[in-house]
Amino acid sequence: MIDDLRVAVGANGTSAEPLELALYARDAGVAVGRAEAVCFPRSGREVAAAVRVAVRHGRSFVARGSGTGLAGGATPVDDPVVIVTTHMNRVLEVDTEARVAWVEPGVLNLDLTRAVSHLGLHYSPDPSSQQACTIGGNVGTNAGGPHCLADGVTSAHVLTVDVVLADGTETRLGGLEPDAPGYDLRGCFVGSEGTMGIATRIAVRLMPDAPRVATVLCAFDSVDAAAATVSGVIAAGVLPAALEMMDARITQAVEDFVGAGYPRDAQAVLLAEVDGMDGGVDEHVDAIAAVARANGATLVRVAADENERALLWKGRKSAFGAIARIAPDYYLHDAVVPRTKLVEVLRRVYEIADAHGLIVMNVFHAGDGNLHPLLVFDRRDPGIWDRVYAAGTEILEACLDAGGVLTGEHGVGMEKRDLMPRMFTPDDLDAQARLRDAFDPDGVANPQKVLPRGSRCGEMQRAPAGTWI
Amino acid sequence: MTRAITPVGARTQWGVGGPPPVGALEVRAAAGVITYEPADMTVTVGAGTSYATVDELLAEHGQQCALDPRDRAATVGGILACGLSGIRRLRNGPVRDHVLEVRFETGDGRMVKGGGPTVKNVTGYDLPRLFVGSLGTIGVLHRATLRCRPRLPVAQWFTGADTSDCYRPTARLWRDDVESVLFEGVAADVREQGRGLTPVDAPPALPDGAHRGRISVVPGRVRACARALGPDVRWCAELGVGTIHIATDDAQTLAAARTVAHAHDGWMLREAGGLPDDDGYGRALPNLALMCRIKDAFDPDGRLNPGRMPLAAEASI
Repeated sequence: MIDDLRVAVGANGTSAEPLELALYARDAGVAVGRAEAVCFPRSGREVAAAVRVAVRHGRSFVARGSGTGLAGGATPVDDPVVIVTTHMNRVLEVDTEARVAWVEPGVLNLDLTRAVSHLGLHYSPDPSSQQACTIGGNVGTNAGGPHCLADGVTSAHVLTVDVVLADGTETRLGGLEPDAPGYDLRGCFVGSEGTMGIATRIAVRLMPDAPRVATVLCAFDSVDAAAATVSGVIAAGVLPAALEMMDARITQAVEDFVGAGYPRDAQAVLLAEVDGMDGGVDEHVDAIAAVARANGATLVRVAADENERALLWKGRKSAFGAIARIAPDYYLHDAVVPRTKLVEVLRRVYEIADAHGLIVMNVFHAGDGNLHPLLVFDRRDPGIWDRVYAAGTEILEACLDAGGVLTGEHGVGMEKRDLMPRMFTPDDLDAQARLRDAFDPDGVANPQKVLPRGSRCGEMQRAPAGTWI
Repeated sequence: MTRAITPVGARTQWGVGGPPPVGALEVRAAAGVITYEPADMTVTVGAGTSYATVDELLAEHGQQCALDPRDRAATVGGILACGLSGIRRLRNGPVRDHVLEVRFETGDGRMVKGGGPTVKNVTGYDLPRLFVGSLGTIGVLHRATLRCRPRLPVAQWFTGADTSDCYRPTARLWRDDVESVLFEGVAADVREQGRGLTPVDAPPALPDGAHRGRISVVPGRVRACARALGPDVRWCAELGVGTIHIATDDAQTLAAARTVAHAHDGWMLREAGGLPDDDGYGRALPNLALMCRIKDAFDPDGRLNPGRMPLAAEASI
């Protein structure tokens, strides 16, 4: 198979060296797998060729960008061929009138915005890993980011995807015309975590830069007050461009790390951003300040200039790096709760961590209820993983009990696969499995991800109704 | 003997897609608001609920869900099944972006939930987006959770010669060489946006007639395509989106308009009237084999709305 892959994508584009296999045995999550081979195609045609080689040799394949995913979605299981798209990193075309960019999957998220910023445009979804993560990976996980509150996550920004399907055929899903006929295959593909094929060219929607942006920093002496402010802002009819929250521990870590100007004595801070024209920006800044003060804010400060604004965002987006100052390891969760349940769920999160003797830090997309509790630890502590997993699972269950969902932007991958039955019935999972099978009848595209074993009704050995088992 | 099933809403878009199956069992979903949490900006309704009902309820709380059907009597189920967006799509996005969770019954009688009740969710495959535009061929919608947004305080239409440089207009329509643009926001911003334009009371009416359709082309080809339609086609184009609403007095002219759409690498979806043998689309669907497998996965006996979408797998019924 290695020889065939060398023919398909070139000798330089294929590797089965132990070092390379080890590098590609995991993503940024905790699960470690094993790849049989790694290849680095440079075109859609080479991706298709690599897929066909893998399938011909009875192997599965796993698509991968930069490997920044946190749910193990790119972890190779069953000795697959890992197909890395990072060498396909060209912005192919920018149509300023239609505000559409065609990109290859390996283009880095931030590089796309940099490539179009001189045109007064930007690509809206901005995961915290945007300096490293690829657009192809963003499509795979339906990635989010702080600025997805008003305009939606990746799926709302992807118009068309050229893909290689599981059998190696190349096709186009969706179209640049507004109503692509038939089923929304593009919508199915985005967020399918590599289980429906591999994106080789992506058309994304670009957004015009707002004439004005205002960033408001609010500090509180309790997490409850900050969370209540988030609910209050939404209830007041204000939908900011971003509404982020950090608790005391993470704020202090960020300050130690980058000195962004966050108050060290706050128990929680909110970072709210509103954009648009002057009238709406002024009105929404005032509304946010009023809600914050009504909830006892100890500080409400509008960033005075672009430097201060950039620094505050640098702090927010450096949060995960700053944690290294607290403990060597962290386990990051991703769940969403209704915005009205933020106060009670956050309380539960702290209680659960305390009960397991763990430190939890919270930095998250508060405006859409997307929690990111971070459990920090040192993996050398004996038995620590068991406690971390147990606490993490309890936190997710608390979110589900509050009417929430398992993942808001990171994806299911391997990490949350076996929790899917907590959110979906057997019939729900069976329907999802059938959809997946329609795209990939032989189950060769990133197997064992997203859906737990037994999702297909045939696998379940159901007892007839009315019998006891 | 299995009987075909056809979901029915308010029949406001009954002519969309291929012809309805003859002798099918008509099923209707319940109407009514199930939960509405203004502070969460989400609303869950029975699929039989009219858009007017939803809109009036949300308005009481200063919110909206910009599904914008042409006829406010349209049901949420019908709007989602047809998947046709309203004229404020330019700013608010297509119908599919407003749907958070769906519950529908598949052709083999399973009640399936997809998506989730929160405003952000990537758990599992995106069944809500699959459902939108599926024309009742993969399931009968029972209920849906929709994303709401603040209702902006001022909405004002303007006309002008060129509105292409405006910052995030809600809608841009083009007809008779006049551009109409809708701005929504606080009063000062709308005033500022409208500087140099002429305020008008209402947008141009979308064309009406016994034979109607919507052309879908890439936005950059809207003007060329509309101009090529000829004098017998009444039209109104959504600039920046790529939709051209068309109406004609006879079926043959509507069919000819479809040929023009194809010549501009687009589609013409029939919405009303048309030739008796019109399958709604006029061309084979792209990725037909894959779409047929999806149809088969949700409706293995082909009972749901056979003929509404031109899928070869439905030939068996």
